[in-house]
Amino acid sequence: MTRIDVRKTYKLYIGGAFPRSESGRSYAVNDARGRFWANASHASRKDARDAVKAARAAFGGWSSRTAYNRGQVVYRIAEVLEDRREQFEAELRTAEGLTAAKARTYVEAAIDRLVWYAGWADKIAQVTGGANQVAGPYFNHSAPEPSGVIAVVAPSGPLLGLVSVIAPAIVTGNTTVVIASEPHPLTSITLAEVMATSDVPGGVVNILTGPQAEIAPWLASHMDVNGIDLTGVTDDELARNLEIEAAENLKRVRRPGVEDLLAPPALDRMTTFLETKTVWHPMGI
Amino acid sequence: MTVTSSTASFLADATSSDAALRRFLHGLPGVDQVGAEQRAAGLGTRSIKTSAKEFAIDLAIRMVDLTTLEGADTPGKVRALSTKAMHPDPADPTCPSTAAVCVYPDMVPFAKETLSHAGGTSGVHIAAVATAFPSGRAALDIKLADVQDAVEAGADEIDMVIDRGAFLSGRYLEVYEEIVAVREAVGDAHLKVIFETGELQTYDNVRRASWLAMMAGGHFIKTSTGKIQPAATLPVTLVMLEAVRDFREVTGQMVGVKPAGGIRSSKDAIKYLVMVNEVAGPDWLDPDWFRFGASTLLNDLLMQRTKMQTGRYSGPDYFTLD
Repeated sequence: MTRIDVRKTYKLYIGGAFPRSESGRSYAVNDARGRFWANASHASRKDARDAVKAARAAFGGWSSRTAYNRGQVVYRIAEVLEDRREQFEAELRTAEGLTAAKARTYVEAAIDRLVWYAGWADKIAQVTGGANQVAGPYFNHSAPEPSGVIAVVAPSGPLLGLVSVIAPAIVTGNTTVVIASEPHPLTSITLAEVMATSDVPGGVVNILTGPQAEIAPWLASHMDVNGIDLTGVTDDELARNLEIEAAENLKRVRRPGVEDLLAPPALDRMTTFLETKTVWHPMGI
Repeated sequence: MTVTSSTASFLADATSSDAALRRFLHGLPGVDQVGAEQRAAGLGTRSIKTSAKEFAIDLAIRMVDLTTLEGADTPGKVRALSTKAMHPDPADPTCPSTAAVCVYPDMVPFAKETLSHAGGTSGVHIAAVATAFPSGRAALDIKLADVQDAVEAGADEIDMVIDRGAFLSGRYLEVYEEIVAVREAVGDAHLKVIFETGELQTYDNVRRASWLAMMAGGHFIKTSTGKIQPAATLPVTLVMLEAVRDFREVTGQMVGVKPAGGIRSSKDAIKYLVMVNEVAGPDWLDPDWFRFGASTLLNDLLMQRTKMQTGRYSGPDYFTLD
C-alpha cells in the first residue's frame, strides 16, 4: 500500500504564530526544474499592517534586553539551524537546483553568518560609541540605540540572503518585518520554524511571503516603521519609489548595490539601523 | 411585545410591589444564548469599506465617552483629556469632537473648566460616575450625596451603578427604587445605568436589568464599569439593544445604550455600529442614543481616519497617549 503524501501548508510568520494570509490568497511556487512544489501564502497589506503591529509590540522587550542576551539568542538560531542542516540543504537543492556541495556551502555560510553577528551583539557599542573628549567639566558618552521596527526586503537567495539581512537588524535590538524572496519563499517559512523553536521572542522577526511590489510600498509608507532595507529590490523604479515613500517619516533607508553574500560582511548592515544617543554628564560633585 | 393602550398602567402595576416586579421580569421571554451569540458573531462579519467606513469612523468618534477612571487621575490629566475630547486630531479641524468626557465626580470641575473655556461651544458633555462607583457598595444617602456632588460640580450626565448584590438576590424593587431615587437626584442631567454585565451571569439577567432600568427612568443603559472582566461584549450589547427596541415599541420612549470597556479597535467599534443599525434601528445611530465608553479606542479611530485620508498607515507616535 502506498503512503499518502503529507503535504505542507506554508503560511506567514507574524507575532510568533503562523497565520494564513488575511486575504486567503496563495500562489504556486515551482522548484528549480519548473515543477509545482507547494503553495505559498500571498500576503496582503493588512498582513503587513498586522506584522508591523506585532513588531512594534515586541520592540520594547527585545530592545531592552542586554546585548549579551540578544547575542545568545541569535547564536541559538545558529544552533537550531545546525541541527536541521540536512533539511535546509535539501530545500536549497530543490529550490535552486544546486549541487550537494554548493548547497552545503550556502547552509554553512548562513550558520556562520548568524554566529558572526551574534558575536557582534555586545561589541558593536564599543566600536560605534564611546567616550567623547569635550572642552568642559563633563563626561560625554555616545551609545548606539536600535531604531525600532525595520522593514526588510530580502534578497532572492533563499537562506543565506535571508539570514544576512535579518541577523544584523535584530542583533542590535531592532524588530523586523521581512518580505521574503518572491521566487523562493518556502525556505523563509522553514527558517521561521527555526526562529519559533529557538529563543527569539514572537514578533521580533515577522515574515511575509508574496510579491514585493505589492507589499513593500505599504511598509515604506507606514508611519510606524523606522527603517527599510531595500537589499532585495532589483527593480530600480520600485526602489526609487520606495525611497520617496520612506522619506515621509524620515525612515533610515539602506539601498545597496549588488552584493556578494558569501563575502565577509561589513558593519553597515548593523550601523544603518542604529541611532546614536549622546549624553553629557557632569564630572565631580 | 405589542403596543397596548393600557401600557402606562401595566408598567405601573409591574412596579407596584416586589412580587409584581419579579413576576414581570421573570415573565420576560428568555434569551436564546446560542442564538444571541451567533447573531452577534454573524453581524460582526459584515464588511464596511470606503465611504461607509469613513462615515462609521466619524460617527464612532462622535459617540466616544472619553474616559479616565483611575485612582491616579490628576487635574492635569483631566484637562489634557478634555482638550483631546474637543479636538481629537489637532492637525485636522474637520475631525469631530467626542460626545463626552467621563471622569470621577471630584474631577468634574477641571473638565468643566477646560470645556467651557472654549466658550461653552465645544458641545462635549461631562459625564461623572457616581453612586459609589464601581462597586456600588454604600448606603443610599451616601450614593445620593455622591450624585449631588457631581451634579453641583457641573456634570450633565451621571453614570450610576446598580446594586448587583440586591439584583442577584432577587430584591428587584430595591434596585428599582434606588434608580428612581438617583433619577430624581440628577435633576436635568442624563442618567446612565451601569449593570456590570460581567457580574450578572446570564443574558436573561441582562434583559431583566435592562427593563428594570428603563422602567425606573434611566436615559441610557450601560454594560460595564470597565473594572470587571468580561466588560462589554457584542452578545450582551445585542440583548440590551433588543430591550431598548422593545421598550420603545411598548412605551414609545427611546433609551440609549452604552457599551463600555474592552472596545479597543475601530474594527470592534464598527461591529457595534452594524449591530445598532440592524437590531435597534438607524434611529439609534446617533451620539444621543448610542455611546462607547472607551479611552484607547479613540486613538485607533484616529489612526484609521488618518490612514483613509493619507493612504498610508499611521502610527501611535502621532497621537497623544491620553
